[in-house]
Amino acid sequence: MNTLYRTMFFVPGNSPTKLVKSEIYGADCIIYDLEDSVSIYEKDSARDLVKNFLLELRPASAFGIRINAQDTPYYEDDVKTMVPLIPQFLRLPKSETAQNIKDLDDLITQYEEKSHIEIGTIKIIATIETALGVYHAYDIATASPRVIAIGLGAEDYRTDMTLINTDSGDELLFARQQISLAAHAAHVMPIDYVFSNFSNEKMFQTNVIQGKNMGFTGKSVIHPAQIPIVHDIYAPTIEEINHAKEVFSAYTQTLTNSSGVTALKGKMIDKPMVMRAKTILSYAESLRKDI
Amino acid sequence: MITPQIMKVINNISGLKYKKIYSTPYESLSKSQMTFRPTKYRNPKNSLNKVKSLNYVLDAIKLKSGMTISFHHSLRNGDAVMYYILKAIADKGIKDLTLAVSSLSLIQDCLLPFFETEVITAVDTSGCRGNLGSFIQKKGLKKPAIFRTHGGRARAIETGELHIDATFIAAPICDHYGNINGVQGKSPCGSLGYAMPDAHYADHVIAVTDTLSNTVLDYISIPQTLVDYIVEIPSIGDSKGITTGSIRISKKPAELIISKLAADVIKATPYFHNAMNFQFGSGGMAIATASFIKEAMLQRGIKANAGVGGVSSFHVQMLNEGLIDTFFDPQDFDLTAIQSLYNNPRHHEISVSDYANPLSANPYVNILDFAVLSATEIDLNFNVNVLTDSYGRLMGAPGGHPDAAAGANLTIITMPLLRGRLPMLLNNVTTCVTPGETVDILVTEYGLAINPLRIDLIDILKNTSLPIYSIEELKAKADKIAGPITPLEYSDEICGLVEYRDGSIIDVIHKL
Repeated sequence: MNTLYRTMFFVPGNSPTKLVKSEIYGADCIIYDLEDSVSIYEKDSARDLVKNFLLELRPASAFGIRINAQDTPYYEDDVKTMVPLIPQFLRLPKSETAQNIKDLDDLITQYEEKSHIEIGTIKIIATIETALGVYHAYDIATASPRVIAIGLGAEDYRTDMTLINTDSGDELLFARQQISLAAHAAHVMPIDYVFSNFSNEKMFQTNVIQGKNMGFTGKSVIHPAQIPIVHDIYAPTIEEINHAKEVFSAYTQTLTNSSGVTALKGKMIDKPMVMRAKTILSYAESLRKDI
Repeated sequence: MITPQIMKVINNISGLKYKKIYSTPYESLSKSQMTFRPTKYRNPKNSLNKVKSLNYVLDAIKLKSGMTISFHHSLRNGDAVMYYILKAIADKGIKDLTLAVSSLSLIQDCLLPFFETEVITAVDTSGCRGNLGSFIQKKGLKKPAIFRTHGGRARAIETGELHIDATFIAAPICDHYGNINGVQGKSPCGSLGYAMPDAHYADHVIAVTDTLSNTVLDYISIPQTLVDYIVEIPSIGDSKGITTGSIRISKKPAELIISKLAADVIKATPYFHNAMNFQFGSGGMAIATASFIKEAMLQRGIKANAGVGGVSSFHVQMLNEGLIDTFFDPQDFDLTAIQSLYNNPRHHEISVSDYANPLSANPYVNILDFAVLSATEIDLNFNVNVLTDSYGRLMGAPGGHPDAAAGANLTIITMPLLRGRLPMLLNNVTTCVTPGETVDILVTEYGLAINPLRIDLIDILKNTSLPIYSIEELKAKADKIAGPITPLEYSDEICGLVEYRDGSIIDVIHKL
């Protein structure tokens, strides 16, 4: 995936005002939510609202839909209604096994065919929210070519694991690392979990940095104020970009001169360093940072 | 929208025969002249005691029906003086007065009985809202209320267009000689800039205070040489009321998007430079913009020469941190600002005439590199409404908006494209207060539009990554979200005149 998904911004599907304003905050990707932010009494109306909103005011940015889980009566209607609107992806909550993903894949295919949409257009992002899901993270990430990312649903995971919600998020350490590892192994994006205490900016910053250091490439967010913080942290710094440029230039020179060893300022440059430099430069290019 | 037919109606109203329709923002006013200021004489051999009862003063100045009395509004929603004075006037059976006030806040709803009993039959103000606004638009006064800009009011007073028979100045502290300031006393309100033209030109000047100082003041805003009488009353009001509806950095995400974008625009223009002069309005968005500008100033290591306009704790912080060298202050929004005015020699109190009167050699608004202002509505010609809401109801005030917009090299309007389900960008504003020729850029949460008249700005900004649209494109966006709107149907009856700063009539207020 070349798309930059530093932020996945959840917008409640039952709020006309929030839907209308959803694209102004500059999130890389918007997720219109039909699941947790919508009460069971509003499931149908929220689905209709999101549908009509997307027909009238489709956002310019990337967007997806968080549908309801497969064990709810809303799941199939969600897929049926949303697929013809061609979102970039459907985000499936409570993904526990590869079979969950395969079932969704089949259902999407069914409605893609009915809507004359090229099969495989609509991708899947799997949210893992249970111990079983974390255990199967790699299987989930590789269950279908539609899967582009996996992420952690922290609240349900805590409940399933009987964990207490802490400010540090220590109780999520293993699950976050497991999901990041599985995603990288499967070559899909690891998306960090929603940090719900949006009023505490410092704590949020620490949490985002932790996630970045664990290998996450983006974060789910629920408040507009969280978006620029994530973008700042996930954007490579000017120093990182300059260093990457130097590494890449030294590497290219070595290739041109056919010399055996690449070095920069007296330090050997190995292949992983070149790969990292390439990733940083490509990231910077996506952000239109000066490279 | 004003038409020649409406103008004909206006010219037939007593005292408005020579009023002209607005034509351009920079029309020459050089033929105008200042009026005479009243001379004042006190025989030094007689008693110098100016402290008298209100009843004595009303008799002494021979206040009678048909006269014009004035007040300042620097205590805003904390003011208790207007009611106190008008009650005493009403008790004497005086009627048919013109209330010439620098503005009317919601607390002045308490004056409604004086409107209903025709103690007040005409109003000359900047703003009006609440029950008084409703009275003007439903019942109506004997003649249309006049809404002036701050600079326009000073101009009207100083040219004699608005003659004030007696001004009652809410004085937070006053010494026995009649020296006044707004920064001390039980109920400080800060700068007395709004009261200064009245103090200079009213026939009779009465200081109304709840803090009579036995020692001569060490800080004087209005000197004893202008003050005829002093009336001591139990309370002039509550300082806490001056902060109502004023400055606080917005926390609303959409407003922060607008503010950040406005700051980004400013940073991309040549008006953001070392030794710049600026004004930020009193809204949360304007102050949020100021906070982003502050960040950029720190990053680039630049400072401002001068801040102009209303002062809040945020401005004081910038002043104290050395990011602004000097502040020119016609009004204050909180106690921190008031204390700064008293204590900081780089914080200057200025008359509203010095601030914005177009008939002066160089009012402070003319030195502005940029001004960030708000709006209730804007239209395709960049005309701005800050006086009425989308239903035509009085709810705001021109204030210094048209003055700052005319004076600044770069005028930016920050405004959400929609409020609730109503679009704020229209074909025509409900009430035109600030003409589009003086507005350069509209910044909304969906992007910005540059006034086509500013070819230079279009040229400067076109190669940036800023989200620039035409104003028509932004309107189309608003219309798409909100759907079609039904234009308002106005009554033919006019109950208010909106004056541009030069005294021309730029729009009218219709009865509801």
